[in-house]
Amino acid sequence: MEFVNLAIKNIFVENILLSFFLGMCSFLACSKKVETATGLGLAVIFVQTITVPANWAIKTYLLAPGALAWTGLPGVAALDLSFLTFICFISTIAFMVQIVEMTLDKYFPKLYTSLGIFLPLIAVNCAILGGSLLMNERGYDLPHATVYGLSSGAGWALAIVALAAVRKKLRYSHMPEGLKGLGITMIMTGLMALGFMSFAGINL
Amino acid sequence: MKKFLEQQMDKMRPLFLPGGKFERLYPLHEANETFLLTPSEVTHGAPHVRDQLDLKRTMIMVVLALIPATLFGIFNAGYQHNLAHNVANAAFMDHVIQGLLLCLPIIITSYAVGGLWEVLFAIVRKHPINEGFLVSGLLFPLTLPPTIPLWQVAVGISFGIVIGKEIFGGTGFNVLNPALTARAFLYFAYPAQISGDKVWASGPDGWTGATPLGIGMVPHGNETIIESLQHAGYTLKSMIIGLEPGSIGETSVIACAIGAAILILSGVGSWRIMLGSVIGLAAGSYLFQAVGGANLKPLADLPFWYHMAIGSFAFGVVFMATDPVSAAATNPGKWIYGFLIGFLILLIRVANPAYPEATMLAILFMNVMAPLVDHYVVQAHIKRRARHVYA
Repeated sequence: MEFVNLAIKNIFVENILLSFFLGMCSFLACSKKVETATGLGLAVIFVQTITVPANWAIKTYLLAPGALAWTGLPGVAALDLSFLTFICFISTIAFMVQIVEMTLDKYFPKLYTSLGIFLPLIAVNCAILGGSLLMNERGYDLPHATVYGLSSGAGWALAIVALAAVRKKLRYSHMPEGLKGLGITMIMTGLMALGFMSFAGINL
Repeated sequence: MKKFLEQQMDKMRPLFLPGGKFERLYPLHEANETFLLTPSEVTHGAPHVRDQLDLKRTMIMVVLALIPATLFGIFNAGYQHNLAHNVANAAFMDHVIQGLLLCLPIIITSYAVGGLWEVLFAIVRKHPINEGFLVSGLLFPLTLPPTIPLWQVAVGISFGIVIGKEIFGGTGFNVLNPALTARAFLYFAYPAQISGDKVWASGPDGWTGATPLGIGMVPHGNETIIESLQHAGYTLKSMIIGLEPGSIGETSVIACAIGAAILILSGVGSWRIMLGSVIGLAAGSYLFQAVGGANLKPLADLPFWYHMAIGSFAFGVVFMATDPVSAAATNPGKWIYGFLIGFLILLIRVANPAYPEATMLAILFMNVMAPLVDHYVVQAHIKRRARHVYA
């Protein structure tokens, strides 16, 4: 039940996109078609589920103060490498995305071609780095970090797919010239966040 | 009379046509003409639908359907006011007059401020003034407590009409229901006044009580939830009739049911959405009763027919969820949309300690999701048909 609660919280209540506004660039850029949005959303779920636990391991066994105690070496055990957090997290994300890309290319070429440029782009998606940093800040343990990665990715995917469908409808709208394109999409994002507010505080 | 009006309109028309003195105000003239008369003008572009039911009739139908709820709401507001002030042996007319004093300013403010925005946008953007506004402008005040300050009404309807509708291009293009957008905006901007756990009768200062949903928030010892509701004076019958504190239009299930009948018979409101919501509410109710759970509010133990009578479920599902613009457009989509609204209302009511009332938020969330539901329904349909093509 605790994990269900955590998942629901991260998909709906603290939606990484609609309440933290992370990953806005690809959210706005790749939400023109539902199919693209779905592909990107799945890729984000996938990468997020892998990178958050991986970064958890790096933080716990390498970077945190005293994390290197398992080596048993005198002097090393007391090291505090947490100033390397950012650079390590980013490299892990880039590394993971590369691995995922190569695996998909080799074994699932169809999915690989449909994702196209979006897969490498995920490496610089701030929702992914933000997810890892929030994990770090909130002090999750491994199971929680995994559920958190999966659910925050799912929340991002839900938001972008919903926006893509809304934008499909907006194509027939008659908005003022200056608001066309990104302007109305920004306003729509705000209104969507209003809709997602309904879940704030849900407790199962 | 009709002849006189026609003559006047004909006389004034050249002033508003291109080249005339009031060329820029043409939408005003056009609105007056379609409102008073039935002009012979027809749509210029395809598609042409040969039907008597145009946008004006659709919207007027909704306004007609809202009338029982409005009248009852006005009476109830006065009744609650007199009850709270202990006015001895007030007659029927006293309640009505008191109610009119409370509610008319709210409705007039909503129409006046909202109408101002509508006309302004129509003139600047050169689109006709739509009757859709008549619905939003009435729906919005009906979701408000009779005690609300008038400036909040003005701010709310401005947000709803401008951000919720006009920047998308006016009636028919909006994604969210404008009245709901306005209500949600007020809800999050000024939560102190309208969070929904205290009653909204206009009483003497400091006069408060708990709404049925507020009572359902906290456990009451050994009593079942139905008993604690009865102690506070809420029975199933009283909640259906609706002589209880609440927002202006939402309290009476009977008035909403009359509205639902009008909407369904005239084909304006979708019975699929309404029925779907009830099924969703019932399914959610049985699910939560089966699962139990220590974190749930006592409201989880209420049978679903109580949930239908409590709060604004009836009003929201009949008038808000069925808005043809913001709801799902496909028939299977309407079932899904309705079902999820009912289910979410129950989920938020029983599992969210922050919000006692959920109808507005659940419908708003599903407004956001409706295009996605439609998209998948259409895709599934295409897939099904494509099988016959290639096989």
